[in-house]
Order: sequence, then C-alpha cells, then structure tokens
Amino acid sequence: MAYPFPTEIHRVVDPEGNLVGDPPELSPEQHRKLYYWMVFGRMWSERMVALQRQGRMGTFAPHVGQEAQAGIASPLRQDDWLLGTYRECIAYFVKGLSPLAPMATHRGYFSRGYTRELGLVPLQIVIGNQMLHAVGVAMAMQYEGTDRVAVGVCGDGATSQGDFHEALNFAAVFQAPFIAVVQNNQYAISVPRQRQAAVEYLAYRGPAFGIPGYIVDGNDVLAVHKVVQECVERARAGEGPSLVELLTYRMGAHTTADDPTKYRSDEEVAHWQARDPIKRYRIFLLRQEILSNEEDEALHEQATADLQRCVEEFEAMPPPRPEEIFEHVFETPPPNLLRQRDEILGTP
Amino acid sequence: MTAPVMAQAAPEAAVQMRKTTYIQAVNEALREEMRRDESVFILGEDVAHYGGLFRVTRGLLDEFGPQRVIDTPISEQGFMGMALGAAAVGMRPVVELMYMDFTLVAADQIFNQIAKYHYMTGGLIHLPIVVRGQQGGGKRYGSQHSQCVEGLYAHFPGIRVVVPATPYDAKGLLKSAIRDDNPVVFLEHKMLYFTRGEAPPAEVEYTVPIGLADVKRTGQDLTLVTYGYCLLQALEAADALAARYGIQVEVVDLRTVNPMDTDTIWESVAKTGRLLAVHESYANCGVGAEVVARAYEEAPHLLRAPARRLGMAPVSIPVSKPLEDEILPWKQQIMAAVLEMMRA
Repeated sequence: MAYPFPTEIHRVVDPEGNLVGDPPELSPEQHRKLYYWMVFGRMWSERMVALQRQGRMGTFAPHVGQEAQAGIASPLRQDDWLLGTYRECIAYFVKGLSPLAPMATHRGYFSRGYTRELGLVPLQIVIGNQMLHAVGVAMAMQYEGTDRVAVGVCGDGATSQGDFHEALNFAAVFQAPFIAVVQNNQYAISVPRQRQAAVEYLAYRGPAFGIPGYIVDGNDVLAVHKVVQECVERARAGEGPSLVELLTYRMGAHTTADDPTKYRSDEEVAHWQARDPIKRYRIFLLRQEILSNEEDEALHEQATADLQRCVEEFEAMPPPRPEEIFEHVFETPPPNLLRQRDEILGTP
Repeated sequence: MTAPVMAQAAPEAAVQMRKTTYIQAVNEALREEMRRDESVFILGEDVAHYGGLFRVTRGLLDEFGPQRVIDTPISEQGFMGMALGAAAVGMRPVVELMYMDFTLVAADQIFNQIAKYHYMTGGLIHLPIVVRGQQGGGKRYGSQHSQCVEGLYAHFPGIRVVVPATPYDAKGLLKSAIRDDNPVVFLEHKMLYFTRGEAPPAEVEYTVPIGLADVKRTGQDLTLVTYGYCLLQALEAADALAARYGIQVEVVDLRTVNPMDTDTIWESVAKTGRLLAVHESYANCGVGAEVVARAYEEAPHLLRAPARRLGMAPVSIPVSKPLEDEILPWKQQIMAAVLEMMRA
C-alpha cells in the first residue's frame, strides 16, 4: 500500500485549553477517568522518585509531562492487548493495572497485579523488544479470528532499534491488527531526537513500510485518544497496522540515575512546561462544564488518598522468599536446579 | 502441564518398526503435533512454499495453510520476538532457524527475553516455544554456517536444550519439545538428515522424555558421553576400537544437554572408571567441560583415571574440505583420545 508522509499534527485542545479540533465522543465519566489517571499518575511518579531518593524504592523512570499517554489505552477494550515500557505506567493504569503492581516489581513480585484478563504483559525494560512481541500477539489474535488488537508502545530512542523496524515490516506484510505508538519525548537518555533519526517526524517510518503514519500533539490527551481510536478501528476492521507518533516531553530525568541538566537547557524545559498536558485538559474540562472546581479539588483529594494507601500497601509487602529465585526459571524446575536450590538454602 | 522427566513406555514390542530417515522423523513429528493441536504453528525463512532449505517442513503448507506455516521476511530477531508474543497469548510456535548460527542474530529475543520471561513475569506467562534447526560441520559451509550452539544455549538458564541423534529420538523428543511449556531449543545436524534408523510407523504415538540420557552401546572399559551427530562417529569409533584393540567403550547418548541426566553418566562411570565427553562444538567452556567438572564435583570417587573432554579446537571452522576434516572431532580423533586414555 502507498501512504503519503503525514503533514497534519493532530490536535483537539491547544496548550491554552482552547478547543481547536473535533473532540472524540467521550462521556463525562470517561473524561473524568482519563483526568483522574493523569492527575494520579503525576502524583504517583513524583512519589516514586521521592521514595527512591529515600532508599525505599529501586531505580524509577519518571513520566511527568507524558500523562496524555492515558489516551493510548482509553480507546482499547479490556480484551485488547497493550505492551509498553517502564514509561507507560499511566496507560497501564487506564487499562486496569493496579498502581501497586509496578511498585511490587521493585520488591521482586513480578506478577503481582497482572492477569491475563487485563490484556497486559509486564512492562518491558529492554529497548524496542516489545514491539515485536505486540506483532506476535496481534497475529495470534488474527489467527484466532477475533477482532482484538495489540498496541505496542515505545520511545523515540527505540525507533533506531532493529526490533522497531522489523515489527513494522512484519505487521505490514501480514496486515496484523497492530498499532505502533511512539512516545517521542525528545530524548533517548541524553541523546536528542535529532541525533536519533534524520527524518523530521518518526511517523514518516509508517509510509516507508506501507502503513499510515500519524503525528499527534502528544500532550493533548483527546488528540491521542482520537487518533489511536481511529487506528484501533482500522485494525479491528482488518485494514491493517498503523504508526502513531506522539510529540511530548519528559519533564523529569530519564531515570532516578540520570541528571537531565547536563544535556538540556532551562529554556527548553520552560517551553514544554507551558504545554503541560494536565493543565490544558483541566481548562478544557472546566470550560465544558464536565468538571467543576469543587469536583477537581475532590478528585485531587481522592488521588492523594489512593496514593497514600498504595504506598502503605507497598511498604507492608514482605521481602520475597529466597527460594523464589529458583521457582520460575523453568515452568518445571530440572533436578540440578532443585539440588542447587537446596544447597544454597541449606535444606535437605 | 509439561512433559515430565520420567521414563515413558516405549511402543509395544508388537509394533512393527520400519526404517526411516532423520529428516522424515522430524517432518512427521511436526505434522502429527500440528494435527493434534491447532495452536502449533511454524514460522521461519523459506519454510512454507519451499519446505525449508533442508526440506524439513516439506508438505506442511499444503496440509495446514499459510496461517500455520509462515514464510517470514529475513529477520531472525523479528520472528523470534513475534514467536514470544504469540506464545504469551496461548500459541505454540515452532521457529525454524535456517542455520543455528543465526541464533546470534536473534540473541536478544532468545536470551534476554524468551529465556527470562517466565521468571520475569513471576510464572504468570510461560512460553511454549520450540526453536529448531540444523547445525554443525561436514558440508564445507564455512565459519558462519557450521557452528554448533548447544553450549551457548545451555549456558543460559531458562531454555531446555535437546540434541537428538537418531530418527527415533528426534521424533519422540520433538513431540515432547512441542508439548513442553518451557522454551526448548531442538538441534538437528546437517549430517544427520539422511541417516536412517528404526522407528515406529507414522501413526504409532510415542514420545521420548526431555532430560533422559540413553546408553547406546554397552562396554566396561570407558564411558564416552556424547550426543548429536558425534554419537554416530563415537559408535563407529567404538566398533573399530573393539575390533582392533579389544577395548569396550560404553557410549552414553545425552540426548538432552540441559537439563543433563548425570545419573545415567555416573551409573556408567561406576562400571568403567573412565570418562570421556565428546562433542563437535568448541571444547573451550563447552558441554564436555561441564560434564567433566560435574564428575569431579559430584562423583570423583568413581574416576579411576583423569576425566577428559574432546571438542573442536578454538578456531573458526574452515570452508576447505581437508582443513574441515582435520578439525572436526570425529571418528579418528575420538579413537585417538580413547587410546590415549586407555594407555595412560
């Protein structure tokens, strides 16, 4: 198939909160749910960093500034699949994951909170690998004859990996019900987007593989929802995969082990600060009278209380049992592994 | 859920065995498992219309169609990752690597993802993936198409490694591998494909359990532990040693390299007191080194002479026939190693 390079940057609400495009059809309840997870997600990320600084949490990748990712998951049904990275926690929460789950992972409880029914696999750590997994999931859905779809999410840096290109190529060749979403937050740790790829927009990769590419204001949750929704509908109808590039910005560090002041200017950060995804959505919701100031306050209080409960539950988690190291290396542990376990644990 | 590590009844003695080739045995295992279970599918390069570069998947496209026998673009990392995704949601992919050397192209998905996925999902998601293909030298294919990779796979936790040598074992073990809920790498050898052996007829159901060695020749003088194509070389060497020198070598076919059935090895060494591990892959940091090290750790009292290993020298595999013949640790090298140990 031949698709042109995309030229339009999809936007529904501008940085000042003005409606500049047709909003997607969402009920007030759906709006409030999206807004809640964006608000909660930011608090959660900030708390995770604080906990890490206090030595109570492992290395964490903050996602502040990228809360509009909520719109990646909101067009999905529960039986669709979403495969993202460590920076897609909010999208995972929208899909149904408990915020306790990524925290539990730091305690060594890898599967806590995940179930097959949520259509989520644990957050991927290796750059780009999950894009191929998502195509495999999509092809399995296709084989089963369902209209379920798989969404793979990666960052701008991952688009330089072979996995990303192989995933788009496979999906295009087999017309898999797959949507590739790139959260272009402008940096792969310290390397800026311009040093990652020579194309102006990463979405151009789509037409190169024979699939449509979309450029989206990635700080506009309604634009994200709307474009992903369109791609999901195409995939469900058997019309093949798509590539969506979300233009956004990571306001914080790559991880708690990174210092972004070494590679970017205050002016640049201020420029993006003015494009805050939560602020503009809040203005939109207030103007549309989907949310009142009082409701907004109550929602913040609710998020604060939910987060507090979450942290308390996390802190109450006991460390895992030493024998767990051996338990899931294989589906059924071989005899020599059991012998080594017994040797190390000193049990007969 | 998975094939247990325990003896399984061999087919009834009444079953009339027939001669078949290794390649036919592998093809039959794939066909029968695909008939038995609709979640089994094959993907790889040239596996569908062409039937595989070595013709292992011949005829399967006709019976099962293009959704279950998939010709992929040339991208090993790509289809390995896809196999993971499909397996995670309930499929049972059988991935063909055209040459097992291409493991290295897909290494990130194999060792960083597939091998660790069950552990890193806390047992939530198991990956019933079989990665299969041919390896080894003997066809003058040169440095990048002749390597043996079982040691590489066995080095990483999380993957079972099967290296069958006979048509009977190949069919039975591939069936077990496909039914196993762990990732299994199934290593064929390009020199084995047209070798023949006894096996039950196609319609007679049997499996060979993963993780059990098999004594292929009995003897009281020396235990030779091997697997894969080297088994055939070792059996020839053992017959020659018996005829010429009266030395009786007991040949233990590991069949599975990970997990390793050391009980069967120690049982043999208890009788012979001598242990030689032989394989075509590099001796350096290889499976033979592992066998010998475990002997000294777990059963040193059984050894009446120093245990040894024999494998490929640490050089790239030459494409020239005389040079490749020189380097492959086959019959002549095996005989020399046994004689040296017996004379020490």
